Amino acid sequence: MHEHDVLVVGAGGAGLRAAIAAHEEGADVAIVTKLHPVRSHTGAAEGGINAALRDGDSWQDHAYDTMKGSDYLGDAPAIETLCQDSPEETIQLEHWGMPFSREDDGRVSQRPFGGLSFPRTTYAGAETGHHLLHTLYQQVVKRGIQVYDEWYVSRLAVTEDPDPEKRECHGIVAFDVQTGEVAGFRARKGVVLATGGPGQVFDHTTNAVSCTGDGPAMAYRAGVPMEDMEFIQFHPTTLPSTGVLISEGVRGEGGILYNDIGERFMFEHGYASNDGELASRDVVARAELTEVNEGRGVDDEYVHLDMRHLGEERIIDRLENILHLAGDFEGVDGLVEPMPVKPGQHYAMGGIETDENGETLVSGLYAVGECACVSVHGSNRLGGNALPELIVFGARAGRHAAGTDLGEAIIETGRTEDTEIGEVDTPVAPGAIHAGDTDEDAVADGGDPRGEGAGVIPEPNEVVERALEAENRRIDHLMEKDEGVQQAELRAKLQKTMTQNVNVFRTEAGLKQALRDIREVREQYQDVYVDDPSRTFNTDLQQTIEMRNLIDTAEAITLGALARDEFRGAHWRQEYQERRDEKWLKHTLLSWNDGTPELWYKPVILEGEDKTYEPKVRSY
Amino acid sequence: MSTHATQEQEGAEVDAGDSKPHSPHQDRRLQEKATREEQSQRESDERTREREETVEIKVFRYDPEVAEKQEPRFDTFHVPFEKGMTVLDAVMYARDHYDSSLTFRHSCRQAICGSDAFFINGRQRLGCQTQIAELDTPVRIEPLPHQEVVKDLVVDMDSFYEQMEAVEPYFQTNDLPEGDLDEQRQSRENREKIKMGTRCIWCASCMSSCNIAAGDDQYLGPAPISMAYRFAMDEREGEDIQDHRLRIIEQEHGVWRCQTQFSCTNVCPKDIPLTEHIQELKREAVKKNLKFW
Ligand SMILES: Cc1cc2nc3c(=O)[nH]c(=O)nc-3n(C[C@H](O)[C@H](O)[C@H](O)COP(=O)(O)OP(=O)(O)OC[C@H]3O[C@@H](n4cnc5c(N)ncnc54)[C@H](O)[C@@H]3O)c2cc1C
Ligand code: SF4
Ligand code: FES
Repeated sequence: MHEHDVLVVGAGGAGLRAAIAAHEEGADVAIVTKLHPVRSHTGAAEGGINAALRDGDSWQDHAYDTMKGSDYLGDAPAIETLCQDSPEETIQLEHWGMPFSREDDGRVSQRPFGGLSFPRTTYAGAETGHHLLHTLYQQVVKRGIQVYDEWYVSRLAVTEDPDPEKRECHGIVAFDVQTGEVAGFRARKGVVLATGGPGQVFDHTTNAVSCTGDGPAMAYRAGVPMEDMEFIQFHPTTLPSTGVLISEGVRGEGGILYNDIGERFMFEHGYASNDGELASRDVVARAELTEVNEGRGVDDEYVHLDMRHLGEERIIDRLENILHLAGDFEGVDGLVEPMPVKPGQHYAMGGIETDENGETLVSGLYAVGECACVSVHGSNRLGGNALPELIVFGARAGRHAAGTDLGEAIIETGRTEDTEIGEVDTPVAPGAIHAGDTDEDAVADGGDPRGEGAGVIPEPNEVVERALEAENRRIDHLMEKDEGVQQAELRAKLQKTMTQNVNVFRTEAGLKQALRDIREVREQYQDVYVDDPSRTFNTDLQQTIEMRNLIDTAEAITLGALARDEFRGAHWRQEYQERRDEKWLKHTLLSWNDGTPELWYKPVILEGEDKTYEPKVRSY
Repeated sequence: MSTHATQEQEGAEVDAGDSKPHSPHQDRRLQEKATREEQSQRESDERTREREETVEIKVFRYDPEVAEKQEPRFDTFHVPFEKGMTVLDAVMYARDHYDSSLTFRHSCRQAICGSDAFFINGRQRLGCQTQIAELDTPVRIEPLPHQEVVKDLVVDMDSFYEQMEAVEPYFQTNDLPEGDLDEQRQSRENREKIKMGTRCIWCASCMSSCNIAAGDDQYLGPAPISMAYRFAMDEREGEDIQDHRLRIIEQEHGVWRCQTQFSCTNVCPKDIPLTEHIQELKREAVKKNLKFW
């Protein structure tokens, strides 16, 4: 068994920052990651990091913008922490050598971004995420922090207790992708999940193939609630064949959207008669899909983004990267033809419920980055606010996990007296197929399905051992079967229904259909098998395990979306076209509850350090 | 095992671009590379139209654990062709529809994670960045040469990572501003100078293309040296540290090994002028040596 003080699962911006912070506090920390750190999807971020660094700007203004952008579903203590800590964390990156773009006076550059009242998006070319990721990894190398790279974490080692709030996390189980060896990892102080977004739930996404929601799904099954999962951001301009992002910058520079019959639909069909192509992301995404649904899409699938009129010089000067992307990934030359674009899944606002120290309700278990929900983004994330979240909350969780006192968190995880039980009318039962019995599907991941020694609190090492045994059983089972259904088929089916029914447009009928389809996939998953017999680099096995996580994540997103009968931020419901503050100023939480998911709500915290945020109409 | 051996057995054809005589002029090289790319873009448009419904790919297979894969072989797959399809799309399709044991690294699908450098029709390229329509068929896909093969298209990256880490790839300075909110100053020119060096995505294409690295496994190699360049030229680090960095790259298996063959520069998917970086470090080292002695 491997043993460390702090184990960080994931090596994107959030995980690396957490590991460095824990190390600086003197902890023996190790990173366990399914990808080598520099391969993490943080590297794909383009735009920048929001930080109030300059005269005329303030953390308060940043907080105000963020709260408004969240459509009043972000928690003030989380938002204020983000905005207060971001300047120092951003400059810390600079001190670690990050190659930010520069002004004439040698200071770091900032640019305007949607929804911001001050140009505070600090950037390094159009490759901010790449530089952030590499700069942090360099610091990990410098400190000699141990990295278990290409180790896939498949289970958390959590004690068994009927009440999740009394559970403790003592480690993880992972397998070495290269050799197939399965091993237990004991964490003396804490486990920090930093596994990134769940974009692969959809078939068209800007997220990497590795973004499979492993962290939230594992934590969920171990008893930690998922929060605000229904809030998914769709970006209006992604390339149809791959989902690669075409930056908002194209429209910012004057790029025009056309439908199949050459209409400038944003104006001509009245979607945004003032702002046109520059309306907010959700408005443009819905307009594009309406065009396609009404038969005016190109090839019945997408619309055209045309920048040819900007002229070669200007395009090369400011949008060169876009030419590479469109050429390499779509085979289209943006100088001579319009680029095909359509909306794509981009970001998950929801995730594992945590407080502002990154802690979940299971003691010893933390979550940070896109897999977590603190919540700073509420129902809609502002561009440039995810990267600061990684470094701010990554650093806090790392310190806290190492044992540093950060003061008591204001946000309370788990149930309190303000908790409200939710209800939703589902067409099929959600959750485990055999909820309640001893089927492995239904128990918390670290639990012992046979309930041996129930009632006795086991030693931490024993918890890890048991989780290891359970994981070995699961893997052997998947490997031994030699017929059934394969994960690729199930994945395609799940992604298809999510993209059709839980997309930009959501209707009651569609969401219910999605739940039926998810159920069917879950049932079929009972018969899933791994065809590749090899233990060496078995990506078939890895993807099969990821598939299980996609099912749980998809179901959580859809349940939350069906229950929330209002239109807020990124969540649009056909039947309910208004934000309904009297009913819905609250977070959606979903607990696995040993296989019978339970929906509940907790109020949003609008009281900040020295003011209370008043919900207003979100207009720009 | 090493793919190098298989390559010889299989007699992989070499891309025309690689067999041209080497020019000492970096600019011209990059220019040629750009022209080649432009040309292939134009040709690809035509081919898209001509291409049949499916495309044939031949993929290298090897698995030390599985009896019928212990002897390296090529498997042929016929994949439905779509406009915009990349080599990565094609191997993913083959895996998801024909053989789930087909193994390769990939993640971002947008040339930023550096996972999927393969040897495609005799040249190091990223699978996700290579349009099928630009290639001769059948498309031959092999693991990176000069690296140990773990399975199918997956190579062991450990030695590459070790070389990358041998150049102290992290920022060092003895002179940080006092305040937590006070950044170091850097001129635009200096940022521009190190910009290309900071773009590396650790794909190892350059290393795999380099004859010197193939013959000397301790040679630091193009990407690590360019990484050193990125720091050595960063004015924020200061002169004392620059001296230290130059000593690292000047050692026996350092910059002097490079014979300016430009193969690394030719294959780099991020267009990093690697040979030029190496040459400039050589010049710097000479200057410094003059100063030391
Ligand atoms: C194209 C694009 C552009 C963006 N641009 C911006 C921008 O300009 N500004 C901004 O603020 N935000 C931007 N975002 C959002 C932001 O980049 C992401 O939310 C953020 O980078 C996520 O970082 P992370 O550390 O949480 O996860 P990731 O970087 O995705 O890292 C996840 C890590 O977890 C590991 N992992 C996952 N599962 C397992 C497992 N089971 N076992 C072991 N390891 C595991 C992976 O190996 C990886 O190391 C953008 C996002 C995209 C997709
Ligand atoms: S220098 Fe270029 S070819 Fe070499 S590893 Fe970096 S990106 Fe790849
Ligand atoms: S898949 Fe990331 S570089 Fe190709």
